[in-house]
Amino acid sequence: MQKRVIFPDKGLPYLLLAPQLAITFVFFFLPAGQAIWFSFLRQDAFGNRTEFVWFENFAELFADPLYLGSIRVTVVFSLAVTVLAMSVALGLAVLADRQIRGATAYKTLLIWPYAIAPAVAAILWIFIFHPQIGLAGRFLNGIGVAWDYKLNGAQALAVVVLASAWKQVSYNFLFFLAGLQSIPRSVLEAAAIDGASEARRFWTIVFPLLSPTTFFLLVINITYAFFDTFGVIDALTKGGPAQATTTLIYRAYIDGRVNLDLGSSSAQSVVLMVAVIALTAVQFRYIERKVHY
Amino acid sequence: MHRRSLLAGATVALALAAAPAGAQQRTEIQFWYGLGGALGERVQEQVKRFNDSQSQYTVNAQFRGGYVEVMTGAIAAWRAGNPPHIAQVFEVGTATMMAAGQAIKPVHQLSAETGIAINAAQYLAGVRGYYSDTQGRLVSMPHNSSSALMWVNLDAFQKAGITEMPKTWREVRAAAEKLKAANATPCVMTTTWPTWVMFEQQSSIHDVALAKPANGFEGMNVEMNLGDPFFLKHVQFLLDLQKDGLFRYAGRDNAAGNLFPSGECAIGFGSSAGRAQIERDAKFKWASLPLPYHDDLIQTPRNGVIGGASLWTLTARNRTPQEYAAVAAFYAFISRPEEDAWWHQVTGYVPLTTAAYEKSRAEGFYQRNPGADAAIIQLNRAQPTPNSQGFRLGGMVEIRNIIQEELEKALQGQQTAQAALEAANRRANVVLRNFERANRS
Repeated sequence: MQKRVIFPDKGLPYLLLAPQLAITFVFFFLPAGQAIWFSFLRQDAFGNRTEFVWFENFAELFADPLYLGSIRVTVVFSLAVTVLAMSVALGLAVLADRQIRGATAYKTLLIWPYAIAPAVAAILWIFIFHPQIGLAGRFLNGIGVAWDYKLNGAQALAVVVLASAWKQVSYNFLFFLAGLQSIPRSVLEAAAIDGASEARRFWTIVFPLLSPTTFFLLVINITYAFFDTFGVIDALTKGGPAQATTTLIYRAYIDGRVNLDLGSSSAQSVVLMVAVIALTAVQFRYIERKVHY
Repeated sequence: MHRRSLLAGATVALALAAAPAGAQQRTEIQFWYGLGGALGERVQEQVKRFNDSQSQYTVNAQFRGGYVEVMTGAIAAWRAGNPPHIAQVFEVGTATMMAAGQAIKPVHQLSAETGIAINAAQYLAGVRGYYSDTQGRLVSMPHNSSSALMWVNLDAFQKAGITEMPKTWREVRAAAEKLKAANATPCVMTTTWPTWVMFEQQSSIHDVALAKPANGFEGMNVEMNLGDPFFLKHVQFLLDLQKDGLFRYAGRDNAAGNLFPSGECAIGFGSSAGRAQIERDAKFKWASLPLPYHDDLIQTPRNGVIGGASLWTLTARNRTPQEYAAVAAFYAFISRPEEDAWWHQVTGYVPLTTAAYEKSRAEGFYQRNPGADAAIIQLNRAQPTPNSQGFRLGGMVEIRNIIQEELEKALQGQQTAQAALEAANRRANVVLRNFERANRS
C-alpha cells in the first residue's frame, strides 16, 4: 500500500503548484505553442507580411536532401557524443571511486569543464586542433597526417564530437560517482570473497546496479547532444565544411537567426520537439524495463 | 523694428525659460553596433565626441555582438515594439532591410522631415550606390565600408626572387609557383570571406553579373547567374591552384584572417579593414595591392564593390520628432570631413565622403601609408555598371553560405567546379524565390 499525503483543502495543493505551473506555462508551453503556430506561416523578417501556408514548410523540409542529410549527421553526432561522454565518465568515476590520494582534488578538477561556456570550450579546442595554430593540429600535419578539419568533413565531425562530449563528461562523472558510492560495499565484498574478478564484479554487480543512473544520463545526454551543442558547432565549424557538421538544431538556428526564415525554422523546431518526445517515450517504454531500481 | 527685436527677445527668453527642463533631458537615442575589439572602441570614441559637441542629444552606443546578432536583435526588438533608433546592419542584410517597409525610415526622408541636411552627393559613388534605392535616394547611412585587397608578404617575395608585383591572376600564379619553389612560407596563398572575395568582388571587377538582372537592384524577380563561364573559369582556377599546393582553403568568413599577418601564408586576400591588424601583428614587410583579374577576360578591370555595414533608422510607434532629429544630427556629424577622415585613417575603412578622401590626401596620409588608398582606387577606378554597383539579393547571408558550402565540396574533391556552380545556382535561386514570396506586398 502506497503512502499518500492527504491535504484537507483542495485549493492548497493547486496553490503550491501554481508557481511551477506558471513558469512551465510561460517559458515552455507558450514558446512551444508559438513555434507550432509559426511553423504554419510564411513571414518576412519583420513580420509585416504573413501568409498561412498549412504544411508547406514541413513538405519543403522533407523534400530537401540537405535536411535529410542533417538528420543523418544528427544521429551519428548524438550517438557518438552520448557513447563517448558516458563511457569516459564511467571510466573516470570508477577510478575516482577507489581509495586514492588526493581524491577530492581529482574529483574537483574533473568537474571544471562543465562550468565552461560552450563557445570558450570551442576556442580551447581550436587551439588544440586548428591545422595551422593548434598544438595537435601542427603535430599531426608534422608527422604526415593530412589533418585539416576546415576541409575534411569526417575530421570536422570528430572535432565537434570531441568538444561536445568533453563538456558533458563532468556532468556524467558526478552522477556516476554518486551512483557508485551508493552501491553497498557488502555486496562487492561478498563477491570478492567468492573469488569474482574485478572485471566480473563490475559487469555483474556494479553495472546493473548503476542502471538507473545510466538510464537517466542516457536521456540527459541525448537531449544535450540534440539541443545544447550548437554553441560548440557554431564556434568550431559553423556547420561546415559543406554540411558535414550541420545538425538539426544548428540548422534550425541558422535558418531562424541568420537566414531570418522563421517559418522553416519553426517547422524544424517542431520536428525536433516531436523527435525528442518520441525518443524519450521509447526510452521510458523499453529501456526502463531493463533498469533495476 | 524695435518691437520686432523685443518680440524676438521675448521668444528667446521664453525658450530659455523652457530650456532648463530641456537641457536636463537631452534626447537620448539608442545605437546598436556590431564591431568588436579596436573597431568598437573607435565607434565609442566618435559617439562620445558627438555627445560632447552639442547639448541637445545623447547617443547611447551599445555593442550587441556580431553583425548577425545586431540585425536579428534589432528585428526582434522592432517586432516587440521597442527597437533601437539606429542599427548597424552588414551589407548583405541590405535587401532585407530595404524590404522592411514601415519598419525603417530612409535617410532621404529623415533628412527632409527633420530639416537636417544629409546630402547624398557628398558620398563616394561606390558607397552611395550600394545603399540607395532605384531612384538614387539614400536609404541607409553609410558607416563602415571596406573593399577586398590582396596582401603580399614582401620578405617572402624577396626570398622567392619576385620583383614585379602581380596584377593578373596569371602573374599571381607565377608568383605562387616561385614562392612554393623557394619554400618561402608554410602556405602560399589563402583567402578570407571566400564568397565575398572570389565571387562578389571578382564578378564585379570582371563586369559579370552575380545575379540577373542588375544583381537585384531592379527588383526581387532576380535569378542567380553562376552559370556564366566566368565563374566556371575562376572556380576551376582556384581548384587547380589548390591541387598544385598553391592555395589553401582555411575556412568560412574571416576564419583565414590570421594566416597572412602571422606570416603563415605569403599572399592573403581580405578586407581593407584588416590593415590595422596587419600593421600591428605582421613581423615582415608587406604591401596591399588591388585584386588580380583574368587578363584574357578583361583588359581594364572595373571597380570593386564595398563590404562592411551601414546604419539603419528604425521606426517605432512612440518615436518623437526630437529622436529622429537626434538620429539625423548624428548622421550629419559622422559625415563631416574631419570626422570621416579620422574614421578612415584609424580604422582602415574607406572614407565615406569625397571630402574626407581629399582631406586625407592633402594631409599626406597616403604618402605616409603607401597602399592605404588601394581600396579607394579600386572602388573608384571605373564608373560602376549594373554588374559592378553592388548586390541587393534577399537572403544574401544564406546565398553566401550556400556558395561557400558548394565551393567546399568542390575543394574536397567531392564534385567538379561545374557541379558546384550548378548546385549553388539552384539552391540560391530557391532562397531568392522564397524571399520574393515572403516580401510580396
